[in-house]
Amino acid sequence: MTSIITRRRLTFGAAAASTLPLVGRGAQAQAPLGVGFVYVGPIGDHGYTWTHDQGRLAAEKHHGAKIKTSFLENVAEGPDAARAIRQLAQAGNQLIFTTSFGFMNPTIQVAKQFPKIKFEHATGYMRAENVATYNARFYEGRAVIGTIAGHMSKAGQAGYVASFPIPEVVMGINAFHLAARKVNPNFKTKVVWASTWYDPAKEADAAKALIDQGADIITQHTDSAAPLQAAEQRGIFAFGQASDMRAFAPKAHLTAIVDDWSGYYIRRIQEVMDGTWKSTDTWGGIKDGFVRLAPFNEAMTPAARAAAEEVQKGIVAGTLHPFTGELKDQKGEVRVKAGETASNEILSKMDWFVDGVQA
Amino acid sequence: MTSAILVSILMTLVAASTPILLAALGELVAEKAGVLNLGVEGMMLCGAVAGFAVAFSSGSTTLGLFAALLAGVATAMVFAVLALSLNANQVATGLALTIFGIGASSLIGAGFVGRTIPRLGPIFPAALSEHPWLRVVFGHDILVYLSLALVIGIGFFLRRTRPGLILRAVGENDASAHAIGYPVIAIRYAAVAFGGALAGLGGAYFSLALTPMWADRLTAGRGWIALALVVFSAWRPGRLLVGAYLFGAVATLELQAKAAGVSFLAPEVLAMAPYLATIAVLTMMSLGRRTGRLDAPACLGKPFSAV
Amino acid sequence: MLEWRRRREPSLPMLALSPLIAIALTMALGMIVFTAMGYDGFHAVGSIFLTPFLEPQRWADIGVKAAPLVMIALGLAIGFRANVWNIGAEGQYVMGAIAGTGVALLTYQMTGWWILPAMVLAGILGGMAWAAIPAFLRVRLQVSEILTSLMLTYVAVQFLYFLVRGPWKDPDGFNFPQTRMFTADQTLPTVLEGTLVHLGIPAALLLALVAWLLMEKTTAGYAVKVVGLAPAAARHGGFSAERTTWATMLLSGGLAGLAGLFEAAGPFGQLTPQFPIGYGFTAIIVAFLGRLHPLGIVFGGIVLAATYVGGEIAQSTVRLPQAATGMFQALLLFMLLATDVLVRWRISWKRRAA
Repeated sequence: MTSIITRRRLTFGAAAASTLPLVGRGAQAQAPLGVGFVYVGPIGDHGYTWTHDQGRLAAEKHHGAKIKTSFLENVAEGPDAARAIRQLAQAGNQLIFTTSFGFMNPTIQVAKQFPKIKFEHATGYMRAENVATYNARFYEGRAVIGTIAGHMSKAGQAGYVASFPIPEVVMGINAFHLAARKVNPNFKTKVVWASTWYDPAKEADAAKALIDQGADIITQHTDSAAPLQAAEQRGIFAFGQASDMRAFAPKAHLTAIVDDWSGYYIRRIQEVMDGTWKSTDTWGGIKDGFVRLAPFNEAMTPAARAAAEEVQKGIVAGTLHPFTGELKDQKGEVRVKAGETASNEILSKMDWFVDGVQA
Repeated sequence: MTSAILVSILMTLVAASTPILLAALGELVAEKAGVLNLGVEGMMLCGAVAGFAVAFSSGSTTLGLFAALLAGVATAMVFAVLALSLNANQVATGLALTIFGIGASSLIGAGFVGRTIPRLGPIFPAALSEHPWLRVVFGHDILVYLSLALVIGIGFFLRRTRPGLILRAVGENDASAHAIGYPVIAIRYAAVAFGGALAGLGGAYFSLALTPMWADRLTAGRGWIALALVVFSAWRPGRLLVGAYLFGAVATLELQAKAAGVSFLAPEVLAMAPYLATIAVLTMMSLGRRTGRLDAPACLGKPFSAV
Repeated sequence: MLEWRRRREPSLPMLALSPLIAIALTMALGMIVFTAMGYDGFHAVGSIFLTPFLEPQRWADIGVKAAPLVMIALGLAIGFRANVWNIGAEGQYVMGAIAGTGVALLTYQMTGWWILPAMVLAGILGGMAWAAIPAFLRVRLQVSEILTSLMLTYVAVQFLYFLVRGPWKDPDGFNFPQTRMFTADQTLPTVLEGTLVHLGIPAALLLALVAWLLMEKTTAGYAVKVVGLAPAAARHGGFSAERTTWATMLLSGGLAGLAGLFEAAGPFGQLTPQFPIGYGFTAIIVAFLGRLHPLGIVFGGIVLAATYVGGEIAQSTVRLPQAATGMFQALLLFMLLATDVLVRWRISWKRRAA
């Protein structure tokens, strides 16, 4: 009886939430550390959610019996997310990763109720004492494939299948285009907004339309492998998204920007175990292993390969920043001054396109 | 615009229209028999995953197509048992079937994510479609020709044949059809099974022809558009063909216009267009008749029992 | 052989018993299927169906999920009783939220107690307006409301996308497709301090009571039933089918709109493209689960809400994939629809006559 009353207070009263660690500590002494993950898509999407789940599996492998992970997939952004996060918190997890931008408000909201539990929100900007944020500098990968596109495109024109003009996507397009333009000053990047993250048939048709309009290399910021397959069918080159997608298009697939969360997950779990975890804002790129390039296709010319490796090295060494001034938007306004590089602030709010992008 | 681009657009347009046309033709026959099966999306997904799973495992796309057809029929039979034999409400059963199809296809497909198979190719020899314009005629896969043949076949069946007449009678006035001695429930079973078969093939068009792979919810809501098109067509196969190709054309041209840098209508406006057009057609048909009766089968969605 | 005989009156014991039979069958079938799939079937089914009820901390979650379902289903069921098939509640739910959000965006710099009531009113009217289209088309032009209300749902959802990606996009939101967050005066108050239990939950219960009284104790409720069961008799009795269509469509649209506004001003606190998650469709199922009876609907809403909550528990405890929960819900619905036959038919074993 007592236990029921305690448990009810535990969750029904915000004030009583502080009693939760009593349960947690008892479990913590010997039992493995509970680590929860909330995914926006199914782990079978072979895209964004899949990469996060690969990170979870890697952490499980690394930490072995010291941790116990659980995840909730296909969680709708909104109130359902709050419920899912709370459920993982109540289930005794001490660290919870929420992996989609739309989980931001629910994460902050639930974190207030569970001050002793650590939360990590991917791609957002709201933090708290017990809420850290993390994201990957995918644009660094975009700069590498842009360089390759500059070398490999005979027409000097890339087709870009994109989802929505949010900063993440916009900065990817700009990074890609700026890199391609360094190789080929007349390079053009044509964007089709598919207005969806996931609709394979539509993504494929968007790629075909871009090819029809003269693009001879395809890249994408939507989730499915369909644009890649369309490129394979039309006999041109393309790049994979989020994971190595070679299997879908062995000829077309030049390389892919691979999201790799495993290093971060392993490290942050360790920090919780060591008691050194702090609320931080981590934005990792190629250097930190958040972003990798899949093995290059044999068909890539030596020049393209060399240039791509050069760019990668420059980014890792810090000598090359994909957004180095002077950068103007399409109205001619200077957004990044000559000699300067774009700050995180500018990047995370980017809503303008550089010259030569047709969006 | 060069002819090469035009040919390419036409090929894309045909491919985009075919799965919707297939699924909608099946639903049309079911509705003509008086059955409203809202589970088209669920049946398509089951067909898509079964087609891919079998094609991947056996290496034969043809076997995949048969599997998709059977999966569609099997899913439709769940609906038929509930809605026809047990007289459950058709709207609720159809919605439940969609929920079922989404879940079942995801479970079955989990092991096939990330795999691919050779695309369902054209049936005519490549020599016939060397010339770009001949490609538009001879360059398609078997389901394109099947869907076009079915438009004619179903139209003929419904209008000119005795079984077609009986099927329509069952949809128009089930009580009279029963009184004359026709097996109303058996005929509806057959019509629902046919609808399931075509929905299964329509779904498989995604996983075998358009984007040869499996991923959750691969059909991305096309089943609902197929449902709208049946109404848009006023239950006529010929108009259904027009509707499906109109839909394919608008979808294809939208992307072409964007790729060409031409500003087009807001994507949301285009996405609501098929549904608005359907309501407009319904309204106009009704205004034009003044008899107060539409082409809608009179018994659509109503349960029937002989006892 | 089995003999089927149609009951003259629906069997009242079966009306109450059949949902329980369906739940029992689903649990048994679920255990078999999940075990066959290689999961711990016993615990999976337990997590989905029992844990949500046994753990008090889940009750608020169930309430939050059930409230909009119940509210929408109440209106739909009254329509269904009158043979008015509004299956576009999802669209009316979205339009209610849009109308309410419109008020919120106009008043975001203002304060005052009147803002939330104004939003609620707008929500109800928004839902009603969207339901008025199929009502008009059916009454004036004999166009099937099943088809038009379904089509209008997709129009409403696309309209929402258009607004949140375009004119209503939060100017300070980094181009993310979503509106501003609502202010304190625009947010639904919670009923119990420190919980998630917002005003919508008691409102749904109260509305169920009102709907029950309306259907059982008033002439209007009687008219609805007569129009549904015996249209000809209704005409003789002076009950207008047209008026009933209008009334039930507007009622169900208004309730869906109210549910949409509550959801937007409550758990969401803004409009996002993820706002429509199918409550309007799920509510149709809830209505049938509750056998179109207001109090049954409360039960149906709670059961269905619990399977969502329980599905997540099963995911994190026995690693049952989310898709399996979806299939389980579909199984439950199939069983419910199947056992409905017991209400209308008497099935007995009879030896074959020689």
